[in-house]
Amino acid sequence: MSDKKSSQSRRKFLVSMARTAGGVSLLGLGLGVYSRQSLSLPAQAIRPPGVADEKEFLSACVRCGLCVRDCPYDTLKLSGLMDDVAVGTPYFEARKVPCEMCEDIPCVKACPTGALDPELTRIDDSRMGLAVIADQESCIAFKGLRCEVCFNVCPVRGKAITLDQQHNARTGKHALFIPVVHSDACTGCGKCEHACILDEAAIKVFPHKLAKGELGKHYRLGWKEKQKAGDSLVTPDEQHEYNLPEGMRYDYEGEGLIQQKQDTPFTDNPLDRLNKGIQH
Amino acid sequence: MALETKKLGRDAINSKGWLAAHKWLLLRRISQLGILAVFLLGPWFGIWIVKGNLMSSLTLDVLPLTDPYVLMQSLFAGHLMEMTAITGALIVLAFYMLVGGRVYCSWVCPVNLITDAANWLRNKLAIKGGTQLSRNTRYWVLAMSFVAALATGTIAWELINPVSILQRAIIFGSVSAWMVVLAIFVFEAFVSQRGWCGHLCPVGAFYSLLAKFSLLRVNAYARNKCDDCMECFAICPEPQVITPALRGEEKNISSMIMSANCTNCGRCIDICSKDVFKFDHRFNKKISIKVLHQREVLP
Repeated sequence: MSDKKSSQSRRKFLVSMARTAGGVSLLGLGLGVYSRQSLSLPAQAIRPPGVADEKEFLSACVRCGLCVRDCPYDTLKLSGLMDDVAVGTPYFEARKVPCEMCEDIPCVKACPTGALDPELTRIDDSRMGLAVIADQESCIAFKGLRCEVCFNVCPVRGKAITLDQQHNARTGKHALFIPVVHSDACTGCGKCEHACILDEAAIKVFPHKLAKGELGKHYRLGWKEKQKAGDSLVTPDEQHEYNLPEGMRYDYEGEGLIQQKQDTPFTDNPLDRLNKGIQH
Repeated sequence: MALETKKLGRDAINSKGWLAAHKWLLLRRISQLGILAVFLLGPWFGIWIVKGNLMSSLTLDVLPLTDPYVLMQSLFAGHLMEMTAITGALIVLAFYMLVGGRVYCSWVCPVNLITDAANWLRNKLAIKGGTQLSRNTRYWVLAMSFVAALATGTIAWELINPVSILQRAIIFGSVSAWMVVLAIFVFEAFVSQRGWCGHLCPVGAFYSLLAKFSLLRVNAYARNKCDDCMECFAICPEPQVITPALRGEEKNISSMIMSANCTNCGRCIDICSKDVFKFDHRFNKKISIKVLHQREVLP
């Protein structure tokens, strides 16, 4: 009887254990899937300075909002429950309020956990994203109209965005002032996107992984290699010589092998031939 | 026993007066709302005494406080925090080890306001039963939150943690706060009694681990005066913790409530018309903790 009772209580214990463990595992599975999905940051949501990798950031950010509080321009905001950014984490949307690139970087200083990299001390070194002329069809500079607003508001003036003068084929006599973004200087602050005069900005800040292409590692650009080496890496160009029989030369335009007439033992003039014996 | 939950607390009010019968409840509400108010002074009135939220905060620009639970999750996710956060977490750890970990639940956490309201309604409407969960589920959820952090490499639990979502939403002014309020209220009132705070919440589970050695305890020092009215069991969010202290006299168990899951809310002190309970320090007790722990039973 007592044996039966203890086996019943053991059974009860195991069942309740399995129930709890099973339920919590299901919850955990759901949470895992949800957390995977919440890694996909929408392109228009830009993280504060000092965030290199989204996953690394989400391993450190405790969603306290201290960076938001110390942002003097109310650029940063915390994601709400209904936003498509991981709940409670800081971000900004450049078209609404761009980053003003404070020199003392108060948001990074405020972060207690290191989610915003404390080693970022020069705001020019931050890489929040990368500006891209996303739509050349609407950007009025490509139509030959003078605008240059993005160039003029850029805080890394003359380095992150330059104007490339090109020939205006439509008028035949004017120049196009084409804005060109340089990734080695652009911080992704979003001032350009914010200032773009179009109804929908033609220049947009994208996350680096969306904005940047990458050349295959095996590529070597000859002119760069040459510059690096200070000299050409291939055999220096020399006057090419063909190894041809005596009296022959080669000329592609002159249609290949050419017999040099002067050196021919046999001439067209029969008198020469006749006189040859006399000369010897 | 036929305890009328609708009339809960009436005897205490009659014998002690309303104020004395709600002393600790009122102090607790002042503490809970006061903490929210201090956080809200900044964004609402520009008086920045405290910045941040319960996850991590900065008081008067000098005192950092960080939730040690979120720091541990971050560690599992593969990130070691900066010194500011570690210092803050150590201060919080020291504080709750002193006063009892689950003081966080009953004196600080804003979710407690909702679950207390839900249980008040439950008592008033005399709603009985509901989904029964094991009280140990919370420790499974706690372990799961660490496994989730390890597996995903992110602080995954924070995506759904109603404690921080609610507090953040209040402080940073987001309407989503009301969704959390409603969800927890409905769950506690109609689905599972004390289901969130007493059975599922890993934050409470984590803080209960800090209570093992805490100094501040509730003492059923006058347990011989107990008339078995059962009101303390009805009002207590963790009624299983009362049993050994209140009923252990014959078994020579200390009258000190030693369970880590006692939230030190003091509702038992308020509601007892015989003044059986009082706040005490743990060393004021008759027998050793060891004996007590062996005898403490979780339902």
